[in-house]
Amino acid sequence: MASVDSIYGLFPDPGSADRGLKALQSAGVRRDSILVMSPEPFEGYEFARSDRRSSMPWIAALGGLVGGVSGYLLAWYTQVAYPSRIISGGMPLVSKWPSGIVTYELTMLGAILATIIALLISAKLLHWKFDIYDPEVSYGKILIGVVDPASESRMDFEDRLRDAGAEKVKGTGRFNLA
Amino acid sequence: MATKTPEQINEDLLRPLSVVSPRYFVALAIFLAVVIVAGSMFGRQIYDGLGVTGLNRPVFWAFYITNFVFWIGLSHAGTLISAILRLCNATWRRPVTRCAEVITVFSLSIGASFPIIHLGRPWLAFWLFPYPSERGIWPNIRSPLLWDFFAINTYLIGSVTFLLLPMLPDFALIRDRASGFRKRVYGFLALGWRGTPKQWHRLETAMHIMAIAIIPVAVSVHSIVSWDFAMAPVPMWHSTIFAPYFVAGAIFSGIAALIIAMAGLRKFLHLQEYLRPIHFQNLGKLLLVMSLLWFYFVFSERLTGWYGNEKYEMSVFWVTQRGSFAPLFWTMVFCNFLLPVPILAIKKLRTITGTVIASIGVVIGMWIERFLIIVPSLTRKYLPFSWGTYRPSWTEIIITAGTFAAMALLYMLFAKVVPIIAVWELKAGQSVEREHLETILAASEAEAGAD
Repeated sequence: MASVDSIYGLFPDPGSADRGLKALQSAGVRRDSILVMSPEPFEGYEFARSDRRSSMPWIAALGGLVGGVSGYLLAWYTQVAYPSRIISGGMPLVSKWPSGIVTYELTMLGAILATIIALLISAKLLHWKFDIYDPEVSYGKILIGVVDPASESRMDFEDRLRDAGAEKVKGTGRFNLA
Repeated sequence: MATKTPEQINEDLLRPLSVVSPRYFVALAIFLAVVIVAGSMFGRQIYDGLGVTGLNRPVFWAFYITNFVFWIGLSHAGTLISAILRLCNATWRRPVTRCAEVITVFSLSIGASFPIIHLGRPWLAFWLFPYPSERGIWPNIRSPLLWDFFAINTYLIGSVTFLLLPMLPDFALIRDRASGFRKRVYGFLALGWRGTPKQWHRLETAMHIMAIAIIPVAVSVHSIVSWDFAMAPVPMWHSTIFAPYFVAGAIFSGIAALIIAMAGLRKFLHLQEYLRPIHFQNLGKLLLVMSLLWFYFVFSERLTGWYGNEKYEMSVFWVTQRGSFAPLFWTMVFCNFLLPVPILAIKKLRTITGTVIASIGVVIGMWIERFLIIVPSLTRKYLPFSWGTYRPSWTEIIITAGTFAAMALLYMLFAKVVPIIAVWELKAGQSVEREHLETILAASEAEAGAD
């Protein structure tokens, strides 16, 4: 773990986690300075709210467009680049229906790949080294904390988190309470 | 399921990853032995050539292509069903989805290997890739076999992703409970998952988009597999109904495979509290609908052929109805319709045992159906002097058996490294149920107070 300064509480249930969030907000901590980690999505709770504006559907659509255009170009090129002149009896060299099938499949492939890339980037995955994390999250606890709090607020935050129902209060960096 | 704490759910679903019984090793060894024997038969086929199979003029597509169609069909168990249930927000889906998605990935991989097994020179399979060969010749984009290449690869990539994405939180769960090398491996697989609200939201959004994208891909895959046949002017193949008929059959066999897999997992991994009778009943109802739909398609297809009375079509029609393929045809009708419909339609019989019996029947019946679509038509094409017969060789039979063993083997290995039920999805489902219950209780208390 890196030495980012933080204080956090581990809450046993979403109700107390919501209270912990409110306690920190009432102490003047901005929402974007509050750290939240949970073992499940807990939709409907205040602490689980995230910036729901996501451009992922648009990125998927763009990926589909790129895939589709690439698919059509591939299908078109494989037919016109055939080495010998094909005697097609007046039929068009580029067959539209089969090209449509390849175009369709690559459209979907493009959308799928774009979605994966968008997820990896926007969810900040592929970062294996954590600044702040507590394995107890995997044991069902909900982590609510403050990143880089002022030194003089330490006791206040600890009390507020405990009062809200935190089973444990921990810290990292210079707030490492262990 | 009685409400369990998150820790109990963790314990129950992660236990199969750490506890290995001797029975497991015995089963693993048996399946592995069958796979090795099948692999050696394939080695012999490569060395001696396709002469070791029963393939001969005029039947060049038989057991291997039957297996190809069958396994690709079975792959519709997972991703398609899981995606539909996810989009419909069917809450009972939660313990079922991963079991289903795994079937897709493995059966699709096995199915996709059959066109290669079927090749006389399998090391030249890369000629199917869209690139110009050393003679400057590109693969023919007009061939349905090339469409298969694009469709199957798209579906495989989509299905693997659809399986892997919701596994990230579970990999993180295992990472946090493991130590040493195991921790490093699962830590790597978790891709740095921490469970922030943003990660949850983005994961849900991605799964939603994937579910929307994967359904038309799944439909296209089996449509294209059907066009491998329907594009050819062969009696009983050249049919406009083939694409929806194949897709319906694929979903039919897929649900049956899922029920069998779930019953096995329930028994051997002691997941009785998670894979409950309600799951088998609901899937049994779906299987019933698909059985009726399958019968409708078969009846419609055969009625149209019979009414047209075209003589070569009729020769295929009668050889399956009353001729040498009739025992297989009527076994198929029994397995796919006469057996499952009463079992699944009568509530008392729609038990776990009942649905499993019906499902075993459907899997057998659907394999026979694929065989009957392919082989009889090839034995009776438009030039009667070319009519012939087909008898599978032991090589084909053993390789076929090997793929079933491979499926079981892969499934067993997977269930030992990844929780076969999505732990976080199950917890999330339980939380939603609890909230719902609390809301109802609060409302009823408020109502009582007002009175």
